[in-house]
Amino acid sequence: MPLFRRRKQEAAFSARTPDSALASDHELASDSTQAHLAAALVAIKDAKLGEDVWLEIERHLLSADLGVPTTHRLLESVKAEATSSAHALELLRQVLVNNLAASTSLSTEGSPAIWLVVGVNGVGKTTTIAKLAKRETDLGRRVVLAAADTFRAAATEQLQMWAERVGVSVVHGSEGSDPASVVFDAVEHAAANSADIVIADTAGRIHTKSNLMDEICKVRRVADKASGRVAEVLLVLDATNGQNGIAQASVFTEAVDVTGIVLTKLDGAGKGGIVLSVQHELGLPVKLIGVGEQITDIETFRPEQFVDALLSDAVLSDAVLSDAVLSEVSPMR
Amino acid sequence: MLSTLTSRFSQIFTRAGRRGRLKPDDIDEVLAEIREALIDADVNVDVVEKFCGAVRGECLTAELHQALNPTEQVIQIVRDQLIAILGGESFSVTYASKPPTVVLLAGLQGSGKTTNAVKLARWFVQQGRQPLLVGADLQRPAAVEQLRVLAGEISIPVYSEGRDPVRAASGGLKEAKRLGRDVLICDTAGRLSIDKEMMREVGRISKAISPQYTFFVLDAMGGQAAASVAESFHETLELDGIILTKLDSDARGGAVLSARETVGRPVAFASTGERLDDFELFHPDRMAGRILGKGDVLTLIEKTEEAFEKAEAEAAAERLIAGTYTLDDFLDQMRQIRKLGPLSGLLGRMPGMSGMEIDDNSSEQRLAHMEAIICSMTPMERFKPEIINNSRRQRIAQGSGTTTADVSKLIREFSNARKLMSSLGKAPRKAKPAKKGKKGGSRVTPKGTVSPKVANLPDVANLDFLWQTETT
Repeated sequence: MPLFRRRKQEAAFSARTPDSALASDHELASDSTQAHLAAALVAIKDAKLGEDVWLEIERHLLSADLGVPTTHRLLESVKAEATSSAHALELLRQVLVNNLAASTSLSTEGSPAIWLVVGVNGVGKTTTIAKLAKRETDLGRRVVLAAADTFRAAATEQLQMWAERVGVSVVHGSEGSDPASVVFDAVEHAAANSADIVIADTAGRIHTKSNLMDEICKVRRVADKASGRVAEVLLVLDATNGQNGIAQASVFTEAVDVTGIVLTKLDGAGKGGIVLSVQHELGLPVKLIGVGEQITDIETFRPEQFVDALLSDAVLSDAVLSDAVLSEVSPMR
Repeated sequence: MLSTLTSRFSQIFTRAGRRGRLKPDDIDEVLAEIREALIDADVNVDVVEKFCGAVRGECLTAELHQALNPTEQVIQIVRDQLIAILGGESFSVTYASKPPTVVLLAGLQGSGKTTNAVKLARWFVQQGRQPLLVGADLQRPAAVEQLRVLAGEISIPVYSEGRDPVRAASGGLKEAKRLGRDVLICDTAGRLSIDKEMMREVGRISKAISPQYTFFVLDAMGGQAAASVAESFHETLELDGIILTKLDSDARGGAVLSARETVGRPVAFASTGERLDDFELFHPDRMAGRILGKGDVLTLIEKTEEAFEKAEAEAAAERLIAGTYTLDDFLDQMRQIRKLGPLSGLLGRMPGMSGMEIDDNSSEQRLAHMEAIICSMTPMERFKPEIINNSRRQRIAQGSGTTTADVSKLIREFSNARKLMSSLGKAPRKAKPAKKGKKGGSRVTPKGTVSPKVANLPDVANLDFLWQTETT
């Protein structure tokens, strides 16, 4: 049995914090957020609303990589209205959810629709593309992959191995060839074979390298000129990374006009709180999340889930599964 | 954010500076700002609290030198503390008496293990060693292939086998012995710290090859979780050091402080680019500056100095209005101007002034002469230049290597400047009646409308006198 599945099953039982696991369902029902809250937040829930409570909430948000300015901005709006600690936590959850609400649909306009996947090194672009290819294929769409990471050793092989498992075709050049031409060829190949979507894998690039950013600009320009249409430019952000995400998002947006974020590795210890700043400052919505190493471990982003995981000690993949348990007892959902 | 930080610091320290010594309240106020700056740099919140606690203790007990400015002192303490944590013991390799020396790399997915395994191998080659790379990442598609291609570029052999990473690793160890390679570097699959099964697996790999060195590979862009992740890896593997990667990004890299503080093992290497030779031993002092935002800290210190000078200048201006502006004040201000560098450079930085040409040599020389003249005066002469008669003038000229004419000129210019300045000090209060169209007519007595600054002047009569000389 694959590892991730097994963990998920454990998670269904462990998603309730040790305290709440002992509580009866009745108690849970009377308390909307308890099952999700981190132990530290549970501890302050019944405390008198005061400086200590705000500090604890602030600490939790900062630990989730929300960053100082965003944490303060959100807390200000909650402070203005909160009447009790429990109320503050409820308001906070709502404010967080509201701040993340946006359309998560992926455009398939164009024949073929071109999806460019970009990001810094090691965030999980290639894996994300494999998962996306699987997802779209399962939805009955015909997908072609463009192996435009012509820089990293064996990147094409990695994509090809994934493509074989999913059963989609890959268009590639030789190592070191021009990534823009690989994308162009893939699009023409897809158009000739009436495929629906071309998903282009690009080399990881640190956003401070201007030559590599020029290169990705060119990939986008050439893709714009090919048949079909650049329908999505997805920036992959790593949930274990911190405040640099905002710099990555702003530079990539300027270069290739990003349309949405894919937040990966949410099954790890990182909470990915940086997306709140990214959405606030750049208006970039999170569209997809990566929650594991298996080919199906990709989900449409749902703000409530994300926020519940962010306010809890559990990882998001636990929250995804615990949904079923909690939807019965939680009036807030 | 950082510019706010800079100005907030200046405010705090200007206040502190006037009192001459740091008070606990001032330190706390400053530490609140340092705390935010560190969190902004991705240092884990708990580590930040601990760090600020230590700095606070240092600040309270450290001998504060009156001569140094408090900003520099606190920043220095913060920086020293950062370097102490980041550096501590520095890293050096002790090779196994019975080769090979085994090195194990572990970390999260995408932190850069495979690339850095090859970079590390290259580093060992430079040390005159013969490494063997072992590909025990059998999870990620084509990971071993990536290792082979990269290692091939610098002709280092790679061993890998089958589907079981533990067997691949121990097979690699046998192969190293068989080939007589004296260093073995084992690359492993990226894994989540909270994935118990995968953590057990890397534990088994470690047991199979009993490494001399286990390095945790850490992404410089890492966030708050870096502390708990490093801790999990340390619990499983007993880390010996950290390899910090992706330092070519613009991330402040606070994650390394979190990891370093949590596991208490040194940062051994830093990877600064995509090329194989972008890899070096770690330099804690550079990193401390980066986490603090070195440029910003320098700006901070400059800004604070500026604020101090401004405070001094304000005090001088008060004396000017009071008519007690002396040649000493004049000398102070002249020195401050000279400290800022060549005049042409100063003007060049002012908007609209860049086209202006200034002969630095002659103006510098003139300032130097003026300084020499004032320095050759007695304190009494500086305080009250009116007493300078012919014989005094002669002595001053000789002492400063100038002529009596130069001395006279300086005194004349100084008197004119003082007069001009004191009239400027009055100007705002005169402007009011003037608006009503009664130029030089009725004048408002300053007594009712004095600003607090002027209110405590010792000699009001003197003020009145200046006033009259100006209006006539």
